[in-house]
Amino acid sequence: MADHILEMQSITKTFPGVKALSGVSLAVERGEVHAICGENGAGKSTLMKVLSGVYPAGSYGGDILFKGQTCSFSGIRDSEHAGIVIIHQELALVPDLSIAENIFLGNERRGASGLIDWHKTNAEAAELLASVGLREEPTTPVGQLGVGKQQLVEIAKALSKEVQLLILDEPTAALNDNDSAHLLDLVRALRDRGITSIIISHKLNEIEAIADHTTVIRDGKTVETLDMADPDVNVDRIIRGMVGRDLEAFYPDRDSNPGEVVLRVEDWTVKHPTQDRLVVDDASFEVRAGEVIGIAGLMGAGRTELMMSLFGRSYGKYVSGKIFMHGKEIHTRSVAAAIEARIAYATEDRKAFGLNLIDDIARNVSAAALGKLASWGFVNHHEEARAAEFAMKSMNIKAPNVKSIVGKLSGGNQQKVVLSKWLLTDPEVLILDEPTRGIDVGAKYEIYTLINSFVDAGKAVVVISSDLLELLGTCDRIYALSAGRITGQLPKADASEERLMTLMTKEKELTA
Amino acid sequence: MTVTAPRGSQRKDAPAAAAVVNTGTSEIRELFTRNLRTSGIYVALVAIVALFAALTGGASLGPGNITNIVLQYSYILILAIGMVIVIIAGHIDLSVGSVVALTGAVSATVVIQHGQPWWVGVVAALATGLAIGAWHGYWVAYVGIPAFIVTLAGMLLFRGLTLVVLNNVSLSPFPADYGQIASGFLNGLLGGAGYDIFTLLIFAIAVIGYAFNQYRTRKTLIGYNQVVPSFPLFIAKILVIAIAVMVFAWQLAIARGMPVVLIMLAILIMVYSVIMQRSVFGRQVYAIGGNRVAAALSGVKVRSVNFWIFVNMGFLSAVAGIVYSSRSNGAQPGAGNMFELDAIAAAFIGGAAVTGGVGKVVGAMAGGLIMAVMSNGMQLMGIDQSVQSVVKGLVLMLAVAFDIYNKRRAGSR
Repeated sequence: MADHILEMQSITKTFPGVKALSGVSLAVERGEVHAICGENGAGKSTLMKVLSGVYPAGSYGGDILFKGQTCSFSGIRDSEHAGIVIIHQELALVPDLSIAENIFLGNERRGASGLIDWHKTNAEAAELLASVGLREEPTTPVGQLGVGKQQLVEIAKALSKEVQLLILDEPTAALNDNDSAHLLDLVRALRDRGITSIIISHKLNEIEAIADHTTVIRDGKTVETLDMADPDVNVDRIIRGMVGRDLEAFYPDRDSNPGEVVLRVEDWTVKHPTQDRLVVDDASFEVRAGEVIGIAGLMGAGRTELMMSLFGRSYGKYVSGKIFMHGKEIHTRSVAAAIEARIAYATEDRKAFGLNLIDDIARNVSAAALGKLASWGFVNHHEEARAAEFAMKSMNIKAPNVKSIVGKLSGGNQQKVVLSKWLLTDPEVLILDEPTRGIDVGAKYEIYTLINSFVDAGKAVVVISSDLLELLGTCDRIYALSAGRITGQLPKADASEERLMTLMTKEKELTA
Repeated sequence: MTVTAPRGSQRKDAPAAAAVVNTGTSEIRELFTRNLRTSGIYVALVAIVALFAALTGGASLGPGNITNIVLQYSYILILAIGMVIVIIAGHIDLSVGSVVALTGAVSATVVIQHGQPWWVGVVAALATGLAIGAWHGYWVAYVGIPAFIVTLAGMLLFRGLTLVVLNNVSLSPFPADYGQIASGFLNGLLGGAGYDIFTLLIFAIAVIGYAFNQYRTRKTLIGYNQVVPSFPLFIAKILVIAIAVMVFAWQLAIARGMPVVLIMLAILIMVYSVIMQRSVFGRQVYAIGGNRVAAALSGVKVRSVNFWIFVNMGFLSAVAGIVYSSRSNGAQPGAGNMFELDAIAAAFIGGAAVTGGVGKVVGAMAGGLIMAVMSNGMQLMGIDQSVQSVVKGLVLMLAVAFDIYNKRRAGSR
């Protein structure tokens, strides 16, 4: 029998309204690189949070065995103490502190007096940096490093904690090809030193190249664990496990018959707000009445930045470009003007950017359309409540009443509140940024249905999604964005994950 | 008494539940526990009033003293109205004490030194307040400096300017008509033997208006599937509040009648409550405090709203400055010292959240009254200034601790 450093047995984890994990099992051998694959929302990150103690013992079901012993971590400190270190997708470094200070944050190297021994700190940091192949001074502030180098600092930090099991959550998502290759080499080197790694990644080619085993998770359940040494196991095989269902049944049918062009964007160019680089570079696209278009792109490609800059110049420094609605140029210098022009933009992170979580459903639904619900500057409460009641019914928002606090709703219901808010502004173009991120399958289906009924009414929809299957399932046409440039468009009939991915990675210049 | 208070705030903040109308004996207790967050402040106010009435042998509720509380703390309450709005939007204003001093000084210079009529002084003070508010608003909203820093600077800046304007000496006295603003009474308009009928009539109209408004709100809530107290309890609540208000009115009526400043305060409270609860502007203030980015992406002109919040604070500081200078019958270089802290304390005791997005004008008024009744009661009892300060500090601490405790409890559900 194989020597398992980690066994997770039928882990379940429930959030209000959503069952995120329903019986995931995972067995990782000592000294291997183990990949975890699954669609967005399949439960990968939740599983890793369970493992690392972010969700403490008792808040989930099932058992975790690490080195043969049952673990009940009550926090990250416990799991790190046991030798499990997780490196999150969003790096947890303090930009203003030096590399050495970041490495030993919370774990400071002290001298006999109890004060920090800076010589020891910097000397040990230099050794760790050498072991991860990062040639930087330990005293350099982390904020001056690119993302790829910051990732290496995170790994050095993990090594300083005498890590035995290193978990990397989407480590290469924000890296360019060179940095990715270097990182993967480093993971191999760590394996040779006896450190076990778990890698969560969407980049299946990388997984094929580096992993010894791959566990596929779908809808909160383990589907299978594949032995990568098996010659039959390749990227297609992994995708089959990840999708595992009939695509058509998951996305509601819609007859597509696009009409005239509603929104046309020409040569849109936007600069980063602080750095001297173009985030969106000469992008042109159009969307027709009754049409859903998709914007595909890797993380950092500029999808959100493109849409936010179009939406009342909410992002970056505008450089040049034109927006036309129904063939007439419009100048939307503020969000209010964009709403006035009947454009709506539902943000990707609904909690941070989309909702006032401490307020109720009615006030969130009316937030973007207060002007319509008011006369002489005073809000008509009856109209507002009626609009919210209507939204709750038509959107099937599950809550006691319109005065329920939005922060207490499940992700799917929150997303429906966001959509209700924008539909109330009566838009002609609805831009949806990651409309189904972090919500369960049932709610996803409802949101796709809403998109369909919206375009059936002759309106236009733009969907941004990291989930290529979602784009393929919902869109009539998909534009691919790479490093701020639109590298191509594919009609639904011609589009496939492979073709999109080719366009999404085309001419990708160094961004780090 | 304590049974009635929580229902005073019951109307809008009732947490969601399935039942439409509560019935049964456990209703009162349930109302307490469920609405402690929003009603705790009114319970506390009633408790403190009762406590000091007992400690002072009823002296704190005497006609003269009630009038005195109104006159003495009105300017703090006026400041607290502006302050709670600033705090809801997620800011703070440390400068209001200095602004009270400067606007009072400007008014005194115009009226006393230059012999202008009282209303010219009032206009000059208001203009000064608005200009100061615009100054703060500009730095906070358009330059993006945290309000804490901007108004800390303003606190020093405007205190210094007060000294310059007054040439480092006090100016007094104001002509009698200026003094009427804060110390004047409307009485004898409708006669009455030993009591003022006009005062009683005004309060009676207010009570009827309140009852009618409550009834309408109740009907609306039922229409939207909200939880409301059962009808007898609703009537009981209105009755108790009506009796309490009319007792208060009677005490004023047999003392010196209706203080002008109370009318002014009542108008300000009503106007600003409506603005915060019903107007687009008020809603945008809550939206900014709740989630600034989400508000901006919903089309709220965040900068402009922030700017006007501070202009408004400057305006209300000037009103407070006028009332204060009128009451103290002059302008002093040290006027308004620490007023900002009283106003901030009133807002936080009144349920405003440190993180913004939560708070009510009426709550801040209750918070301000708690501070007022405590200070006044302790003064009547001859308690040392030092002890008074300790007690006020502890009350502020406990009020915010209570708020955080409640939030944590609500969050863990």
